[in-house]
Amino acid sequence: MAEPLIIVGKGMAATRLVDELSQRALGRYSIAVIGAEPRLAYNRVLLSPLLAGEIAVPDIELKPAAWWQARGVSTLYGRAVSAIDRAAKTITLEDGLSLPYAKLILATGSSPLKPPFPGIDLPGVATFRDTADVDLLRAHAERGSRIVVIGGGLLGLEAAYGLAKAGGKVTVLHLVDRLMERQVDAEGAALLAAEMGRRNITIRLNAATTGFVGNGKVEGVELADRSVVPADLVVIAMGVRPNAGLAKAAGVAVNRGVLVDDGMASDDPSIFAIGECAEHRGQVYGLVEPAYEQARVLAARLAGKEASYVGSLLSTNLKVSGVGVFSAGDFEPGAGNEIVVLRDRAAGIYRKFVLREGRLAGCILVGETSGALFYLGLIRSGQDITAIRADLPFGEAYCVREAA
Amino acid sequence: MRHDSPLAGTVRTTCPYCGVGCGVLAKPDGAGGAAIAGDPTHPANLGRLCSKGSALGETLGLGNRVLHPMKRNAAGGYDRVSWDVALNAVAAGLRGTIREHGPGAVAFYLSGQLLTEDYYVANKLMKGFIGSAHVDTNSRLCMSSTVAGQRRVFGSDTVPGSYEDLDCADLIVLVGSNTAWCHPILFRRIQQNRAERGAKVVVIDPRVTATAEDADLVLALKPGSDSTLFAGLLVDLAERDLIDASYLANHTAGFEETLANARAIAPDLATVAIRTGLSMPAIAAFYVLWASTPAVVTAWSQGVNQSAQGTDKVASILHCHLATGRIGRPGGGPFSLTGQPNAMGGREVGGLANMLAAHMGYSPAEIDRVGRFWQAPNMARQEGLKAVAMLDAVAGRTIRALWVMATNPAVSLPRADQVLAALKRLDLFVVSENVLSNDTLRGEPDFILPAAAWGEKDGTVTNSERRISRQRAFLPLPGEVKPDWWIVCEVAKRLGFTTAFDYSGPADIYAEHATLSAFENEGSRDFDIGGHSTLGPAAYDALGPVQWPVPAGRPLGTPRLFADGGFYTADRRAALMPLAIPALAAAVSETFPLLLNTGRVRDQWHTMTRTGLSPRLGAHVSEPSVYVNPADATRYGLSEGSFARVENGHGAVVLKVALDPGIQEGALFAPIHWSGETASHARIGAAVQPLCDPYSGQPEMKATPSRILPVAYASRGFVLSRAAVALPVESWWASVAVEGGHGKLFASNASAEHLMAHCRTVFGEDGLVEMIDCEGGIYRCAATQGGKLVAALFFGPAERAPLWDTVKRAFADPDFAPENRLALLAGYRLDGATDAGPVVCACFGVGLNAIRAAFASGQAVSTDDIGRQLRAGTNCGSCLPEIRRIGLGSRQETAA
Repeated sequence: MAEPLIIVGKGMAATRLVDELSQRALGRYSIAVIGAEPRLAYNRVLLSPLLAGEIAVPDIELKPAAWWQARGVSTLYGRAVSAIDRAAKTITLEDGLSLPYAKLILATGSSPLKPPFPGIDLPGVATFRDTADVDLLRAHAERGSRIVVIGGGLLGLEAAYGLAKAGGKVTVLHLVDRLMERQVDAEGAALLAAEMGRRNITIRLNAATTGFVGNGKVEGVELADRSVVPADLVVIAMGVRPNAGLAKAAGVAVNRGVLVDDGMASDDPSIFAIGECAEHRGQVYGLVEPAYEQARVLAARLAGKEASYVGSLLSTNLKVSGVGVFSAGDFEPGAGNEIVVLRDRAAGIYRKFVLREGRLAGCILVGETSGALFYLGLIRSGQDITAIRADLPFGEAYCVREAA
Repeated sequence: MRHDSPLAGTVRTTCPYCGVGCGVLAKPDGAGGAAIAGDPTHPANLGRLCSKGSALGETLGLGNRVLHPMKRNAAGGYDRVSWDVALNAVAAGLRGTIREHGPGAVAFYLSGQLLTEDYYVANKLMKGFIGSAHVDTNSRLCMSSTVAGQRRVFGSDTVPGSYEDLDCADLIVLVGSNTAWCHPILFRRIQQNRAERGAKVVVIDPRVTATAEDADLVLALKPGSDSTLFAGLLVDLAERDLIDASYLANHTAGFEETLANARAIAPDLATVAIRTGLSMPAIAAFYVLWASTPAVVTAWSQGVNQSAQGTDKVASILHCHLATGRIGRPGGGPFSLTGQPNAMGGREVGGLANMLAAHMGYSPAEIDRVGRFWQAPNMARQEGLKAVAMLDAVAGRTIRALWVMATNPAVSLPRADQVLAALKRLDLFVVSENVLSNDTLRGEPDFILPAAAWGEKDGTVTNSERRISRQRAFLPLPGEVKPDWWIVCEVAKRLGFTTAFDYSGPADIYAEHATLSAFENEGSRDFDIGGHSTLGPAAYDALGPVQWPVPAGRPLGTPRLFADGGFYTADRRAALMPLAIPALAAAVSETFPLLLNTGRVRDQWHTMTRTGLSPRLGAHVSEPSVYVNPADATRYGLSEGSFARVENGHGAVVLKVALDPGIQEGALFAPIHWSGETASHARIGAAVQPLCDPYSGQPEMKATPSRILPVAYASRGFVLSRAAVALPVESWWASVAVEGGHGKLFASNASAEHLMAHCRTVFGEDGLVEMIDCEGGIYRCAATQGGKLVAALFFGPAERAPLWDTVKRAFADPDFAPENRLALLAGYRLDGATDAGPVVCACFGVGLNAIRAAFASGQAVSTDDIGRQLRAGTNCGSCLPEIRRIGLGSRQETAA
């Protein structure tokens, strides 16, 4: 008799988990996937090109319905989970349905941060998280609306690009003095800002939002210097918050996210968490790569195999066509760090490599990101790169040649 | 802007480089350049050209030319002035110096690059009209020991033989001559004789050079022991009874004393072995070969001449030929291979301090004769100061006015640093020059006079076999440039000597020169070209190559002399004289344990003011190096490619180290070519001693006691730029001609940060593509303007010095606009296909890697195969020894 396994959430982490499980332990579990969005799981990474009109809705679907059916997975879409009864090992849906579980996987993802600014509830203040957001944003952009994006991080820039591409007059407001400060250094950020400028996106740095103004709908964003940036639409892209409320309510240990061990288990051995709702070793990841790694580890565990997740090397890849930004590992100078830089100002290309004890500790590629996976591999493997140091910035082909 | 209407189709002229004097066909392209080919009808080369001659077309640019007269201003800069202003001022300066200090305070320092006509008027002005004999020339550094030796023994400065002798000799002995590199066309004739007729070749040289690789016997003797070896040969010939008693009796004097002296120097084989450092069997083999081969040519170059006993060395060779009567016969005789294109012409007009004119000296009769011929008011009465002494007199302020024409003494004279300092102290310093910038111009001349260069000049030159050839103009005079003869004559006229210097052109001057040679001659002087004294301008223009003497009635000239005696001593007998005990001028010591030898490399000429413009020629030996025996390298802590300081009491240079087993232990070799213009620390003249031969005044430039110390540079790099760029001051650098602009290889202890800051200042930050690894000591950049590559600089740790071949190739196209500029900074192409390696064959630009590959693939086994497949070595052949060595190396690798 198959054990009942319930996955709450139907995003990218959940899909990958089902995929991994079906390859390792098909038939051992009776799997149900429950998701609040009333549609098939899709690739959230592709929302930005969808917004830009570079791809269409069907293109972002992760797996067709038949794929789920073929794996015998019950899918309950458009239905949210309201509670977990850990003692009874059941979950309750909003419509009152109660389902038993032997294993419960939380893959509930995260929600956009919406700080309590005055006017936050005005119509026209939006986020950029799902396909419904895309529909709203796109409608505005196509009208040529003045759109303010708050947040110059990865998501905000991707949204800004999509909006500008779709016809919007876009301004990005960013709190600190450079874009993507968690992923690139000052020089990379400056190049990035210049590239965004070339795409008709206005970047305003050191711009602290204090509230929204408007009559019945948003008409402007008020800044700390009392100035107001006119806006027909505001998109808040200031970060995300793990969706850990369900677990917290059930008494599962939660910090920012659901606390998990190296086996992705919470403090309740029957309850697991992966993806953006999980907090592992103090780290909540907002990227897809760690979610996939976690799904793989959890699938192995559920299949009865040894596996453990020790954390992910952060790497970032900005999905704005023509503006390559890749970053991984440490990228700021520090004790014992050595820096190798390759730059072509006129072409907007900047490559920075941080070396520590003869190993690649991190890198930033702006403008031209070929070789990103090669460098990521070098960072992950921690191999000695002394012999290829002079060729390192030029990519894998040069380094391989050197080694041969 | 150059207005080039081609003067004619193809012009027959002669090469401006060595004394072989090859005929050249120049076909102007109408754009300031010319297509260059060997002249098949010229007897010197029969159509062949060496790598240097073949590249002449690459050296015609006006980029670095001085195009109008310049006067030094109070700020130390130069102002353009009119010819009239310059000529008047030079004449006034000379007149003032003569008035205050006498004619002896005036000197001319001339050059084997001048044409005979230029030389003639300069010599005439000085020795007949100013009244000073201080006319000397860079031939002093080149051939003067041969002049002195031939004058002592023959009574005249006469080369008895012809190049044809090299074709028909059965034995050719090359003494102190890297013929393969320095006289490549003659070397090919010798090798052809060896291949086709089985002639034997013996090479006598302390240094085992490329020439030795194609020899039957190589005698790497101790420096300075040449005359011991030949004294021993004379003794050996006497003992074998091979002396030509009748020739000696009829045509020579002094044989017995000379033989006795030879016996004292070289009593037996064992003593010769000790004194020369050679093995007895090797010496015996040489003596047997020489003794048993009547058709023997003994040819020599600077190894014999540039010696404090050069005159004796020449004499010791002449003695052996005279004693056996092996002189002036087809295939037999002593043969001086001249260094410069017109050293011989200069000697003919008397452009040396110890000659008066037309092979006449300073006897009262000769002074009287020349004075009457010239109708000269102020004849010089005694020998003037020779080059080294002349510059000493400049330093000592007894010479106050100096006019340098067509040479670069601040590079080439011994103790070059002191020479440069002395030049700055002159009251009047005039330089007639082609180029805007050279080391001698750093001597702060008061006037720089723009002189015609090769291709623009019109006149005659004489090669090593006494062959007078026309050097014809095929390009118009650029800017306000004038021929040297014109400049000298204009100054002479302004000194009041109007009629004596009123020439219509070079034909006019040549006719006077020819007339003087025959004036009251009647067979008493060897140099007689009276047959040319009536040449009109048309006949002069059409003059074909001919060997002097060309007395009236013998228009075809004279291939050989002295087979039947007829020497030009007073008693018409050759004068054999005892030699001094052979010894070097300065011995090594504990402080200076090594002998510094100097000489040429294959593809450069003199101080590189012309050859340095050719990228092809720069690719063979790019950097100034000191060649060191591997054992000495170990002893002094040097390794291949590292740097070393060579120093002695006179000066110091810093050079790259090249290990060369052909260099004897205890010896060093450094090339003469690099100057302050072309390298930071490689002006070898600074470290050459001024000790001279007592007869010829020629300095011993091949054996200066010195020491060598390793010099460490943490980093190396290169820079390529459209316009020349300076490097951080403490850097070591050497310029290399590259296509598309300027190239420098450099080494430095500066940090990568320093280079980065320097480059940003020099190139500007816009358009700069950079790779920066400060901790790794790497900085590379490429500067672009409007997308086009304008400069590149690579800098990295010395142990992984960046290679420039790939970047150089990209840089060669002035319109190159790299799509992937980052990949350019990688410094190599991934396909690797374009990496030709260093150039081996300069004529066809064939690189080491292509030749290696052909051997490695088995498709080539011989140099002939390489020639067929790659063309390498099929023109001048000076790379054939190197190709053979590459093939040998490849076979050894295969066998291993």
